Amino acid sequence: MAQAHSNRPISPHLQIWRWGPAMLVSILHRVTGNGLTFAGLGLLLWWVGAIAGGEASYTTFIAYVWTGTASTFSVYTSILGKIVLIGLSWAFFQHLATGLRHLVLDIGAGYELEANARWSVLTLVFSASATALFWAVVLMPR
Amino acid sequence: MGNGTTIGRVRGLGSSHHGTHHWLAARLTAVGNLVLVPYFIVSLALLPGYDFAAVHAWLAQPVPATALVLIFINTFYHARLGVQVMLEDYVHEAPGKIAAWLLINVVPIAAAAFGIVSVIRIALGGA
Repeated sequence: MAQAHSNRPISPHLQIWRWGPAMLVSILHRVTGNGLTFAGLGLLLWWVGAIAGGEASYTTFIAYVWTGTASTFSVYTSILGKIVLIGLSWAFFQHLATGLRHLVLDIGAGYELEANARWSVLTLVFSASATALFWAVVLMPR
Repeated sequence: MGNGTTIGRVRGLGSSHHGTHHWLAARLTAVGNLVLVPYFIVSLALLPGYDFAAVHAWLAQPVPATALVLIFINTFYHARLGVQVMLEDYVHEAPGKIAAWLLINVVPIAAAAFGIVSVIRIALGGA
């Protein structure tokens, strides 16, 4: 609390650092974690609650989140729903990869500048590829 | 309360004997999520369809139902720990801290309970 009011110098913040992969994925780990918490777990609860409520409530869920067939309003929410779902799947894979990175860093490995930057970039490559693969399988004609 | 002795004023304010618990619990639940959530995501991707019958039939089976109950316990615990760290970094005033304390101790338990009850209803019939 003290630091919120005092005029003492504070530590340098975001704008002062040159952006690098490690800094980016560290921030992304927090952003994706909180996104998964508030949007992801919220949607998961809505989904499972809708299934438990029976066929009618599940149909409503799908209409508002994906197909947009319930009402004019649902046409717009379903656009948002698709963006959020694709974003959440990416957020999960990114959080998974940076989480694994943190487990490796926890044992004291991977702090050499080049290795650290390389693995940071690889988490981004992994999350993008895994997201593409996931949706390719989901949207595959059955 | 008087001012007490120097040592008396600081006792109980630190993290002695339980300083690593939060950190360790975050790692333990992370490893749990590493198994549970990919299982859920891969199963979801491989479902024969996404209509009510297909999704309900899958979730009514014992293994997916158990996995989803465990996911609710494990992810909400993990999320609660993570959100706590985030709030500790950004909330500095006492009223906000009290609100944050309520948020992270009440909401995850209520939300996980709703999820678990839903899975039980799906798995044991009724819907």
